[in-house]
Amino acid sequence: MRLKISHLTRYDYDEAVPYGLQQLRLTPKSTRAQEVTAWATHIEGGKKELSFEDHHRNVVELVSFEPGTSTLIVRSEGEVELTDTAGVVGPHAGFTPLWLFLRSTPLTRAGPGVREIVRSVEGEGEIDRLHDLSAKIRGRIAYETGVSHPGWTAEDAVEAGHGVCQDHAHVFLAAARAMGYPARYVSGYLMMNDRVSQEAGHAWAEAHVDGLGWAGFDVSNGISPDTRYVRVATGLDYAEAAPVSGHRFGSGGETLSVSLDVAQQ
Amino acid sequence: MPEPAAESPPTRLCSATQAAQNGPMGSYFDEMWDDGESLRAPYREFGAWFEGEDPARLRAKQREADDLFRLMGITFNVYGRAEAEERLIPFDIIPRIISAREWQKLCRGIEQRVRAINAFLHDIYHRQEIVRAGRVPEAMIARNEAFLPKMIGVNPPGGVYTHIVGIDLVRTGPDEFYVLEDNARTPSGVSYMLENRETMLQMFPELFSQTRVRPVSGYPRHLQRSLAACAPPATTGPPCVAVLTPGIYNSAYFEHAFLADKMGVELVEGHDLRVVDGRVAMRTTQGYRPIDVLYRRVDDEFIDPLNFNPESALGVPGIMDVYRAGGITLANAPGTGIADDKAIYSYMPDIVEFYTGEKAILQNVPTWRCSEPEALAYVLDHLPELVVKEVHGSGGYGMLIGPAATKKDLREFERKLRARPGNYIAQPTLSLSTVPIFSRAGLAPRHVDLRPFVLVSPEGMEITPGGLTRVALKKGSLVVNSSQGGGTKDTWVLEE
Repeated sequence: MRLKISHLTRYDYDEAVPYGLQQLRLTPKSTRAQEVTAWATHIEGGKKELSFEDHHRNVVELVSFEPGTSTLIVRSEGEVELTDTAGVVGPHAGFTPLWLFLRSTPLTRAGPGVREIVRSVEGEGEIDRLHDLSAKIRGRIAYETGVSHPGWTAEDAVEAGHGVCQDHAHVFLAAARAMGYPARYVSGYLMMNDRVSQEAGHAWAEAHVDGLGWAGFDVSNGISPDTRYVRVATGLDYAEAAPVSGHRFGSGGETLSVSLDVAQQ
Repeated sequence: MPEPAAESPPTRLCSATQAAQNGPMGSYFDEMWDDGESLRAPYREFGAWFEGEDPARLRAKQREADDLFRLMGITFNVYGRAEAEERLIPFDIIPRIISAREWQKLCRGIEQRVRAINAFLHDIYHRQEIVRAGRVPEAMIARNEAFLPKMIGVNPPGGVYTHIVGIDLVRTGPDEFYVLEDNARTPSGVSYMLENRETMLQMFPELFSQTRVRPVSGYPRHLQRSLAACAPPATTGPPCVAVLTPGIYNSAYFEHAFLADKMGVELVEGHDLRVVDGRVAMRTTQGYRPIDVLYRRVDDEFIDPLNFNPESALGVPGIMDVYRAGGITLANAPGTGIADDKAIYSYMPDIVEFYTGEKAILQNVPTWRCSEPEALAYVLDHLPELVVKEVHGSGGYGMLIGPAATKKDLREFERKLRARPGNYIAQPTLSLSTVPIFSRAGLAPRHVDLRPFVLVSPEGMEITPGGLTRVALKKGSLVVNSSQGGGTKDTWVLEE
């Protein structure tokens, strides 16, 4: 399947920004399941300073604000050819040791709520158990937009009983790590079958299983990623894989608007 | 070594033997006096000079030296005069003298060790062969706060991670040196090495005309050259070097200012810098100018609020991104703390052997890792004989010196050890060598250590002949840290 993606992020600031930087993790890389045939990021109200590959092998672009701008627009566009691998990403690659993915982070700390979910997990094989974990999380935390907070930790989401894909992924990471699986957060795109205009980017999780490698689990949809999923960035949690993370001087609020089109070619 | 001429020490001097009668110092190796009777070879010329000096003149000179340092301290602390006093580290006018032969041997050991440290850092942030080979346990890296994931895969110019290294050595006999600690993050104290010599040259010029002492004054020039040699790929033209300081409230601010001044480079603070055209640039009267090599004296955690502690106002947002993209060299590289961590220290003999294929020339102090149950049991049983240190501690804080500890101290440490054994290592109490200080009663032996300074660049390694000798001014004390009542001495390495 071939997907065409157009992702626009727009920040409007109440006051002109004298100086600031944004790190963008918006460039997908080719893997076994996806071949990126064209991709580009355009900036308005800012300037691309440099790009590098971080320790999760994400392409990171550093963007500076145009001095005095009150709007920053980031547009990522491209085409990706997808192949179904049943959610298997493949063997671990790169210098980052697998043990790093066992580390809990402030967003993915396993507290009583997560541990309770871990205790409820059933299944024979490892993959079965991880799928069961995904199902148990979905059973416990209803998918509901607009009611969770982006800063919520895994425990916050368990306690609240509802959340979005980010919360589902964080709970999965906390639980999988508690079960001894290296696990990572994935930020990316999902083409919902019934529409072109998507509400937002998507997030899911990957766990590393010996002999199989990294395998994806989309808790929110109860499946492993298929040819509708485009993998963009990974990290120990949202904070490390976020599409945009920044630092700016100046006070005043900001308004974020996102528009995302994912369509089959 | 030829036998020293039979000469009895002048009566007004307090030789090691006499000291031994007064206190518990007798079983220690004294670097000036052989058997407490005759001068050891490196001290012969100095000893003869000292004998001919009038103690009253020397006492006046000692006071003059104190005044000089106070003056410098105040000059360096104009903004924080109240703190100047407490930052003043006492200086003792009796030099610590090392022969050319002793120094040569030390240098071979230091060079080998520093080579291994850089190879270890490269390995730890890449394939971790040493872990795969089972020579360093995975947990020692995985559970180590000093391991910096954002350094994974970074290849600094020339493969140099730690450009400026201080190796803390102690001596226990004529040929016995031990490494007490490696300092691979931001070793300080080099300004004392330079100022101590400067002061001695001013006060006793005649000493330096009769004894051939190797100069240390080339250090700032060598530092500048060494840093410039590590310029990143993005550099165009002669490399621009700068020193990044946390600012005037930092306890080592005067050293930052001093080194920038001596090197003839800019001293900058985080707010002077920003990312411009993919580089880190400093504000100048002609606009922004890119920096190629930054000798940063700001800790990893605070160097980049975009990538590390977001609360830090001392760093430069995005500097780590520029670094990863090859736009700047940071000296030392972030994440070098994994090599000088006190728990990793105990693996140094293995580390040296693994990367150099040679046995370590410099000895490690035997170390019990309290994280290991058997070691912990031993340490708890022998607490009164041991020195216990925090794995991540420095500056002599939070350590226990068993032989000097009270029953209460011992009980408190036993409790701490049981609560968090992984946080501690223990070592035998070493018989640190002594060098006399000039006390009111004449010469009196005091324990010393030595921190030589090493510069590393792709062009090679440079060890300044000398270093910082720290001396425990309190009689019998084994703690040389300035924060714990230590002083310093000029360190002489003799020409061949």
